[in-house]
Amino acid sequence: MNFSYLTDPAHWDLSATGSIPNLILSHLGYTCLALLFGALIALPVGLYIGHTGKGSFIAINAGNAGRSLPTLGLLMLMVTLLGLGLLPVLIALTVLVIPPILTSAYAGMRNVDQRVVDAARGMGMRPWQVLTRVELPMALPVMFGGFRNGALQVVATATVAAAVGLGGLGRLLIDGLAVNDYSRVLAGAIVVAALAVLVDLFLALIQRLVVSPGLKGS
Amino acid sequence: MITFEDVVKVYRGGATAVDHLSLELPTGKLTVLVGPSGCGKTTSLRMINRMIAPTSGRILIDGKDVAEQDEALLRRSIGYVIQHAGLFPHRTVLDNVATVPVLLGKTRREARNAAYELLERVGLSADFAKRYPAQLSGGQQQRVGVARALAADPPIMLMDEPFSAVDPVVRAQLHTEFLRLQQDLGKTIAMVTHDIDEAIKLGDHVAVLRTGGRLAQFATPRELLANPADDFVASFVGRDRGLRSLSFDSAAELPVRPVDGIELDEAGRPLGLPGVFTKGDSLRVVTDLVISSPGGIAVRVGPDGAADGQVSHHELADYLASRRR
Repeated sequence: MNFSYLTDPAHWDLSATGSIPNLILSHLGYTCLALLFGALIALPVGLYIGHTGKGSFIAINAGNAGRSLPTLGLLMLMVTLLGLGLLPVLIALTVLVIPPILTSAYAGMRNVDQRVVDAARGMGMRPWQVLTRVELPMALPVMFGGFRNGALQVVATATVAAAVGLGGLGRLLIDGLAVNDYSRVLAGAIVVAALAVLVDLFLALIQRLVVSPGLKGS
Repeated sequence: MITFEDVVKVYRGGATAVDHLSLELPTGKLTVLVGPSGCGKTTSLRMINRMIAPTSGRILIDGKDVAEQDEALLRRSIGYVIQHAGLFPHRTVLDNVATVPVLLGKTRREARNAAYELLERVGLSADFAKRYPAQLSGGQQQRVGVARALAADPPIMLMDEPFSAVDPVVRAQLHTEFLRLQQDLGKTIAMVTHDIDEAIKLGDHVAVLRTGGRLAQFATPRELLANPADDFVASFVGRDRGLRSLSFDSAAELPVRPVDGIELDEAGRPLGLPGVFTKGDSLRVVTDLVISSPGGIAVRVGPDGAADGQVSHHELADYLASRRR
């Protein structure tokens, strides 16, 4: 194995375009945008379905459909339809994160002990208060699971951005393969894997801070 | 006062849960709704705070129809305790208790300060304040549930099988403490249970409901034991009615003879007996003592613990017979 690309200080120069830190930043940029849009779409839908129980087939089928959709194929389709640019990449990645977020938001809400919800209503909480003060905090552990799952998938899959001429760590893989520079490919693989672990650790930390200690182990 | 006026509840699908129920739950008293499953007791209770809407009829609190009041505000003015406590698992004990005061606009700090006092009232030390419900035993959770319902000092409390999820020993202890609490507070309480013994022990009044949601009898526990309205009530109340009804009769009037043949210490206290009774005890206690003591004699003691009389099998039997005339 040849780690020379990874260990070369020149490739870690923040000011040089195409350096590893810059690729990490653009990679994280795609990841965050995809998670943001994915959450904006999937959270309200998942919470609504979980809260009301209406249309639960959507939540269940979204999970299955999402898993079977090839992101690269979808990306190529979007590029054909919309042309090159950030938008097709974001659409493809957003579609990737919607299923885990939606399914877990739904499952988190369904899991909330209905006796506790009954107590909350019986004590005089209005529907909005029941949702924000009782159901959401209780659903958080499960929801975080889905969100972390989605984040991992996007970090791993955002490499496809490079296939349509954008940046991100996929550049190392695709350019490395193109010029038979396997040291560069290896560097790309290692950094993507490390980034995935770091992102998950970071989200685990946030989860610790946000989820009530009373829900641990439940 | 909580008034049921000809209340009917028919669920979708046509099952009648409550069938023309008219009932008055007096102010400051504990009224128990009791009956077999499917008798509509929980449905009736939940109609008081509008968790369930009646199909027809009205429920009034101090003359005001609950249906005309804002749902959330009505519920905040009524304490609500349910089986398994229904505590918020993501909130500390203290914040659970502070829930309704915060909803009513108190600051979190004020509400928490008051919550500390309530915890003490229900027999939990301040150590419990920062714990989460999952860290408490069933009995402790139930105490927190009661404290939470009392937090805004509501004049009315609804309790749905509040003690049924704990073991018999803890339940008996909670009963005793709860009765003491209610003696201080004098809330208007509606309680649901399927346990007739609990109903008789706790209730000032007991409403026995039969399957299909019809009221079978509304009476004091004593009356229920002495004069069950029909066979259903009699069989629901169960065996040993006569013996159990002695719990409601004081031993104050029971004539005693001077102590004779009992070993006493220098202060006049009896030695070597399984138990003694006082004027404040019930005739059931005396009967039990007479039956279980080796000599067939129950000894009465005064406030200082000194023996001041005794009664035998025969004398007790004569007294009980004389009460029947």
